[in-house]
Amino acid sequence: MIAENPTKDYLHAGHSVSSWLGTTDHKRIALLYLFSITGFFFLAAAAALAIRIELLTPEGDFVSAETYNRLFTIHGVIMIWFFLIPSIPTVLGNFLLPLMLGAKDLAFPRLNLASWYIFLIGGLFTLAALIAGGVDTGWTFYPPYSTHFAESAVVLTATGIFIAGFSSIITGLNFIVTIHTLRAPGLTWFRLPLFVWTLYATSLILALATPVLAILLLLVAVERIGGMGIFNPLQGGDPLLFQHLFWFYSHPAVYIMILPSMGVVSETITCFARKRLFGYKSTAFASLAIAGYGFLVWGHHMFTAGQSAYSSLIFSALSFLVAIPSAIKVFNWTATLYKGSISLDTPMLYALGFIGLFTIGGLTGLFLAALGLDVHIHDTYFVVAHFHYIMVGGAVMGYMGGIHFWWPKISGRRYNESMGRFTAIITFVGFNLTFFPQFLAGYLGMPRRYWQYDPSFQAYQFMSTLGATVLGLGYLFPLVYLGWSFFRGPRAGANPWEAAGLEWQTPSPPPKHNFSGTPVVNEEAYAYPEYPG
Amino acid sequence: MTEGMGKIMDFVATPLGAILPPVISRHAASVDLFFGFMVALSAVLVLGIAGCILYFLIKFRRGSDADRSRPKHSSVVLEAAWILIPLLIMTVIFLWGARLYLGMFGKPAGVETIYVTGKQWMWKIRHTQGAGEINALHVPLGKPVRLVLSSDDVIHSFFLPALRLKRDAVPGRFTSFWFKADREGEFPFFCAQFCGVDHSGMTGKLTVMLPEDYAAWLRGENPGGSLAQAGEKAFGKYGCGACHGNPEAVRAPPLEGLFGSQVPLQDGGSVLADESYLRESIYFPAKKIVAGYAPVMPTFAGVISEEEAMSLIAYIRSMGGPSPSPSENAAPGESP
Amino acid sequence: MPILNTLDDQVAASGAVGQFPDRMEERHASFMGMWAFLATEMLFFGALFTAYAVYRIHYGEAFTQTSKVLSVFWGAANTAILLVSSLTVAHAVRASRLKRKAECGLWLGTSALLGLLFLGIKIMEWATDAREGHLPWGSLGFNPPGLHPEAERIFLNLYFIMTGIHGLHLFIGIGLLVSLAVRMRRNRLSDAPELPVEIAGLYWHFVDIVWIFLYPLFYLAGR
Repeated sequence: MIAENPTKDYLHAGHSVSSWLGTTDHKRIALLYLFSITGFFFLAAAAALAIRIELLTPEGDFVSAETYNRLFTIHGVIMIWFFLIPSIPTVLGNFLLPLMLGAKDLAFPRLNLASWYIFLIGGLFTLAALIAGGVDTGWTFYPPYSTHFAESAVVLTATGIFIAGFSSIITGLNFIVTIHTLRAPGLTWFRLPLFVWTLYATSLILALATPVLAILLLLVAVERIGGMGIFNPLQGGDPLLFQHLFWFYSHPAVYIMILPSMGVVSETITCFARKRLFGYKSTAFASLAIAGYGFLVWGHHMFTAGQSAYSSLIFSALSFLVAIPSAIKVFNWTATLYKGSISLDTPMLYALGFIGLFTIGGLTGLFLAALGLDVHIHDTYFVVAHFHYIMVGGAVMGYMGGIHFWWPKISGRRYNESMGRFTAIITFVGFNLTFFPQFLAGYLGMPRRYWQYDPSFQAYQFMSTLGATVLGLGYLFPLVYLGWSFFRGPRAGANPWEAAGLEWQTPSPPPKHNFSGTPVVNEEAYAYPEYPG
Repeated sequence: MTEGMGKIMDFVATPLGAILPPVISRHAASVDLFFGFMVALSAVLVLGIAGCILYFLIKFRRGSDADRSRPKHSSVVLEAAWILIPLLIMTVIFLWGARLYLGMFGKPAGVETIYVTGKQWMWKIRHTQGAGEINALHVPLGKPVRLVLSSDDVIHSFFLPALRLKRDAVPGRFTSFWFKADREGEFPFFCAQFCGVDHSGMTGKLTVMLPEDYAAWLRGENPGGSLAQAGEKAFGKYGCGACHGNPEAVRAPPLEGLFGSQVPLQDGGSVLADESYLRESIYFPAKKIVAGYAPVMPTFAGVISEEEAMSLIAYIRSMGGPSPSPSENAAPGESP
Repeated sequence: MPILNTLDDQVAASGAVGQFPDRMEERHASFMGMWAFLATEMLFFGALFTAYAVYRIHYGEAFTQTSKVLSVFWGAANTAILLVSSLTVAHAVRASRLKRKAECGLWLGTSALLGLLFLGIKIMEWATDAREGHLPWGSLGFNPPGLHPEAERIFLNLYFIMTGIHGLHLFIGIGLLVSLAVRMRRNRLSDAPELPVEIAGLYWHFVDIVWIFLYPLFYLAGR
């Protein structure tokens, strides 16, 4: 029996500021993160808006070149490190992991709170950098430009990212230990929801890849301040060493951004098709494979950088291999729909949108992994379109789908379903309008990071900006209707979607200690009743 | 031949002109073919998956009376198929792409070398015959041209969409690629690696001219001496002859006949004496010591400019030596 | 089945420790957490060791000969100091398992002192390098010890950065040990003090091992 006791749910157990800012409750920490990353998202989106306005015309007539370079840099830095990488793990992961495992909290709750504060401090440094004029190196910080030529707040920004990196590492460690040690009795590995599998794989990358970035940022700062010359060719250093170390982190980082979304899709497809996932084991192993393989392909960012042909051949071959686990997942999701009982609620629409956009993004990744083709499209808008298809069309749609799916559990309220569906659709449409023309501009030869451009590219850039206005609405609307529903929406029951999973076996919103006893699990994941013939 | 290729390329390019840059070489046409294949493959896959999903969404919508008996949750046959078939397709794509890529390397017979230096925010081009140009590159039609790239400051990237080629210009080293343009005309080139404030202004024009016109142009642009002649002056200016021309006083490896030969090194290995090796020997002599010689050559980093280094290399090259054999990556006559 | 009114009642009844079902699980999780953290530290230092390897291969002898600038004597002394400190930490762990808090505190203190001694010697070495003009920083009058300033510069850069970061880790370790010793003395630790001591011990041994790699790579490279 699930007792409804609104005065004891986590949202209302304590109203003071200190009960929020000093909380060790994973659910409250998740909300603290939600608030922070949403702020960062809209800051970076504002930069994107400015970029798109500038790109309406070939001439640089909206902002100066200096400003433009700072805009795209801050857009990348904030979106990647202060929105995408934290997004699902720190909001949905923090909130749901203990619930999905039947636990009372994560393994290290105080470390969890510490990681939020560390994240904030990192964010403050980055904001300080913004106020100090911003940074203009691109989020990739290539030396010698970033170490010896850029006259902008490189060290401040690097410090902010360095600090935020520790937040990532701590979250990763916390999740790994939690998943190993706090599963409820009967919850074996192969009964875990796939969202947990993807969180686990993501955490491996968070913990193991981020330290390399941290060291690299340290070296850049030291070189910039002390003129030490590790990457400066004039002092015997090697600028390509930076690129190798940078991409050794940054390629796995993109899997940090996509894996959790894939987990969300597995949860929502099964719920709204009322069917167990097709190929559970292969999907679970595919998540681990993506995490592991992701560490082996970094050189595909450097095919034209001056590395040897042999390196390029090896990295290209490995990059094709890493596409296979992703393909397995897409096929498994599709097969799950077969003989299901499908309803197109908002989270399902987001999941379907994810599959479509991620597939296109992933396929264009194959274009880029192919050596002869990459030589032409590398560093052009083709790449920009590719990664936005994965990051925005994939990761962000997965995030939005997850927010909508678990919104009743988190807030105890329901949002307006028609608004939800409408928003999902315009997001999908707006996204394609924004980014598909960029593939074409890229193949035609328009390089990246161009403040002014040859008029032959204008048609595509113009289309892209128009699409961006529609896409923007897709993010503004949820801010309004989700925010409104938090305070005034109709109350949700414990399991409004009739979904499987331990998180739905407790009231919405959950009580502070999650469960009123220790749950015992004795069935497979996604135990939806099968429909008889 | 060239005319015929030109007409085919015209035909292909015109209706697709909004999507494809001009096609001015066999390599560019090959890349477009590969691209077309990838687009077609992707379209088939996307439409296939989307179609499948749409079909399922309709047939198995909630409340429909489709047959849902005995649903399956795994299938070894299906899963094996959708691992093996993509693996096969990936292998094809990889091999095709690799083949296109490897053709960029190497040095075919009769290639003309042109030096391209990126500098914030312009491209400085030096032909070995002496002509120099800024943000413009003149090349002869139908002859293999090899660009040797370097940078005076930060990383740039020399990108010629019409050739479907680019390569980063990295400070501290030479990078190179070669091509053969089969169509006359003027085509843009861009800097494709973010390099600072005027990154988007670092563009220029490639001009492909008939060989006779190119020769005439070179003669007209000659400021007084080839690159090798400028190198001879630099050789004297920096006193290279004091060691390398003076075997009794200081033991330094002779430079006559050096370019293109295999140089034995102190650690037992050997290296091909190409532009990169010579450049490295000027700036970082400690990195490779020739067998039988003491490591006494001083470094000229910060002393000799990139342009002077290029001219010295051209001069040393003019001192003779075996031409480096065409790399195994490019068969003679094969278009890049 | 008795009706337990609040969750806290249930928690108390089951002997659970917070979110863990029992002490053994908490211990298990804490260890796992520290090992996972040490794995991240391996990647952290690993990036630097990679840079070292790349430049060593690049520059060959010019790189390794630079190690002659460093004092093998002091490097060896420091290595011995750290090895002994790992021994004293191991003693502290044993004492904590036997619940001998006073003894444990003494061993922890000794280890911390040894760590401080190490740092002291390190700073002295750096000061010597500064005096002799071996600091490869822009404005500090770098006096290249040999014929190949760029290789020597990179070697010394890596030396200072890597030993510096190692020193920082050691400093944090000293702080950990001191705080544990103080809390033990004030009886602030629970009646299961061995868990934090063992975990801190793991960290200390790791920092020691990093030094075991740093010492030959920097001090013995050119000999």
